[in-house]
Amino acid sequence: MRFIFKTDYDQDIRLAKHGGHVFWYSLLGLALLAAPWLMSEYALAQLTFVLIYAIVGLGLMLLAGFTGLFSLGHAAFLGVGAYTEAVLANAGWPFPVSIAIAGLLSAAVGMVVGLPALRVKGIYLGMATLAFGFIVEEGLARWESVTGGNAGLSVAPPAIGGWVIDGTVGFYFLCLVLCVAATLAIVNLLRAPTGRAFVAIRDSEISAQSMGIHLARYKTLSFALSAALAGIGGALYAHKIQFLSPDQFSIIQSIDLLLLVVIGGLGSVHGAFLGAIFLIVMPQLIAAAKDYLPESVGQSTGLQGTVYGLVLIAFVLFEPMGLYGRWLKVRTWFQLFPFYRKGMFKRQKSFQKSDRLK
Amino acid sequence: MSHIHTESSEVLLSAQGLSVRFGGVLAVNDVSFDVRRGEVFTLIGPNGAGKTTVFNLISRIYTPTSGHIDYLGPHGMVRLTDQPPHRIAGLGIARTFQNIELFEHASVLQNLLIGRHTHRRTGLWQDMLFTARTRRAEIEAREKVEQVIDFLDLQHHRDSMVAGLPYGVRKVVELARALCTEPRLLLLDEPSSGLNVEETEDMAFWISDIKNDLGITVLMVEHDMSLVSKVSDRVLAMSMGAELAMGTPAQVQGDAKVIEAYLGTVDDVSSLRRSTPLEARP
Repeated sequence: MRFIFKTDYDQDIRLAKHGGHVFWYSLLGLALLAAPWLMSEYALAQLTFVLIYAIVGLGLMLLAGFTGLFSLGHAAFLGVGAYTEAVLANAGWPFPVSIAIAGLLSAAVGMVVGLPALRVKGIYLGMATLAFGFIVEEGLARWESVTGGNAGLSVAPPAIGGWVIDGTVGFYFLCLVLCVAATLAIVNLLRAPTGRAFVAIRDSEISAQSMGIHLARYKTLSFALSAALAGIGGALYAHKIQFLSPDQFSIIQSIDLLLLVVIGGLGSVHGAFLGAIFLIVMPQLIAAAKDYLPESVGQSTGLQGTVYGLVLIAFVLFEPMGLYGRWLKVRTWFQLFPFYRKGMFKRQKSFQKSDRLK
Repeated sequence: MSHIHTESSEVLLSAQGLSVRFGGVLAVNDVSFDVRRGEVFTLIGPNGAGKTTVFNLISRIYTPTSGHIDYLGPHGMVRLTDQPPHRIAGLGIARTFQNIELFEHASVLQNLLIGRHTHRRTGLWQDMLFTARTRRAEIEAREKVEQVIDFLDLQHHRDSMVAGLPYGVRKVVELARALCTEPRLLLLDEPSSGLNVEETEDMAFWISDIKNDLGITVLMVEHDMSLVSKVSDRVLAMSMGAELAMGTPAQVQGDAKVIEAYLGTVDDVSSLRRSTPLEARP
């Protein structure tokens, strides 16, 4: 067990709270830097997808996990970012400019979509964002002069001046840099007044307002930031996949993103990464398992959807805090070994129950 | 305690002819009162008297159907009823809620730091990059919060999640969060509800300390008459949305109309003795 002796307020503000953090995150950093030499090209491509989905997941986590606003049409922001990047890259714009525009345009769209969030809550906001998702998907299919419609659009590799990043390794490092930057931005926001205002809105709007938080401004801001990250993720996605078609940004993609944050663990930054890993690894596992399943099950088309559904139900029932919640328990088990008690994480639940009975 | 209080005539908050109508219900009916700087002013009355509605008018959750509220802010007199709700905290008015409205899934410390929101000096980009200025501002905010933690003895609960705290502690955390905004006027909605006798006594001490040591004016809604008479300078009794009586706690408690509102009249009591069924009575 680790006891931290605090002598300075800065210790609570710092990102690395103790030596363990420094050690493990340095190790993770080194592993990520060495990944291109340790992994096969295929595995590296999958890791790149994890990083891209983590960026998008961070955005949705900020919105759903920290501000309490659910978006069922998040793939639309991904699509706006991806198509903006594709069109600009094909027109020969330098990558830093085009990805910034992709993020900004997405943010602007996010602000507009955030407007109903000022009036409607919960399921109604879900419906509004769902409708928006359909509108964008349809728009991408119909606006053929720009998007190529259902025929699709191929994407030129990212280029800065004459320098073209077209290898798997180069693009991996590009995604790694952007992912680290996005993570730092979100983690910084969350330990500063802006992030606390988001959390306040999530937990009690009326009380947030009476603490002087401008609800409309912060909800719009959350939507804009979330959409910007989705747009940046979308831009990277466009380069990675190299060919865009509107059906990549359908409701299925939106639900995948929602799965990402819920299974990762709502309200935790780690959750965005764990969820992204889940989203990329799961189809591979299912594909691998197909060979061992009876043909009638293994070859049926709905297998992936069924497995996802079962996993989601299992998480909602047994681990509402997602993979990160499970990790917290495992970590506590090791920290306290052999003194871990079964009911340790039960307390808040039982209090809420007694509260409801009153 | 109330007798030591020196009479100050400066009016901090002035409500004139407040009325609120929700559909067919007149929740508050032509209520006027002045809260003077440095006093504890209490609203009492039976359930449904409109006390909390008056609070919600001050914190701008509701807009009055008629009447207005003036408030002496840090930059002079403002018409409170023209201000948007999020501006109220910045003017120096903090409040607690009858059914505790804390940020459940955040620690006590985070809850109190949110109380510093109106004092924030950094913008989005500074926060995102966590510049030296943000770090300094964070440490300053923490120092202010620690003063409040010391004042209300919350050291043990600093890093606990609110969701796991017992009711009595939550009540204190909510008071602490309101104090963190450094208010000029503190609105307490039933500070003693759900507290046991000891906790209520602590609350009484804190309220008088808030008044005497911190110099904060307190406007509260309260049912516990022992707490009311211990800490209040003046009391306004309300019933059915209208004013009944105003004065010192003793005066109001002795007022015939107030006794009638709480206990009913002699006629009402004698009517209960009759053997006629309730529906038959006029």
